[in-house]
Amino acid sequence: MMVRVQYEDFDAGAEISRLRLADPGIGAVATFIGQVRDVNDGDTVGTLTLEHYPGMTEKSLAAIVEKARTRWNFHDALVIHRIGTLNPLDQIVLVAVAGRHRGECFAACEFIMDYLKTEAPFWKKEHTPQGERWVDARSSDDTARQRWEQ
Amino acid sequence: MSRNVRILYFARLREALGQNMEDVVLPDDVAQVADIMRWLAARGSVWAEQFDGCRQIRAAVNQELVPDNTPVAAGDEIAFFPPVTGG
Repeated sequence: MMVRVQYEDFDAGAEISRLRLADPGIGAVATFIGQVRDVNDGDTVGTLTLEHYPGMTEKSLAAIVEKARTRWNFHDALVIHRIGTLNPLDQIVLVAVAGRHRGECFAACEFIMDYLKTEAPFWKKEHTPQGERWVDARSSDDTARQRWEQ
Repeated sequence: MSRNVRILYFARLREALGQNMEDVVLPDDVAQVADIMRWLAARGSVWAEQFDGCRQIRAAVNQELVPDNTPVAAGDEIAFFPPVTGG
């Protein structure tokens, strides 16, 4: 398992290749990439700044991947999340899960994202022409996570 | 016996309170996370505004998300922050 929190951009292709080529038993890789939108809640977003809780963030992401592992049998997973100031179209997050078959990879990838969204200590602040504002948590993200708990 | 703990604040809360960290000695009647929040609210002004119970504040003890009724002990690292918005 690899979990990274970094200011720098990442090369999703290279990261996925490393995960994919680690074991010839791997038959599937499911990935998710989140990127910065130029609009949120109807307003233009210039840049986005991501704050986090150093130490807890890494532990939290590792715990989420471990939780996914108790539910699905996949080979390996990777989570990279960026912090600092980002521009529209910049990549924010990469989650990739490699396993024997697509089913467990798709499910684990979505599970990891749903928990990351609601439990990993990151906070977004948007810089708009009207000023800066902290992004509010969305109840739809809580709903997405809760369906895994039923 | 005095209980020294470190309290961290993040994001909107950090900005509103004007600080990101403080080391404090907990009074004897502060046993749980919720007690710390009441104790901080009793400082008044911006502290009362932020910890009045109307705002959603999540807590972590020693870098794990916890419910408000979690006990606290000497040496703990306690963090308060708004609901998370990563990803």
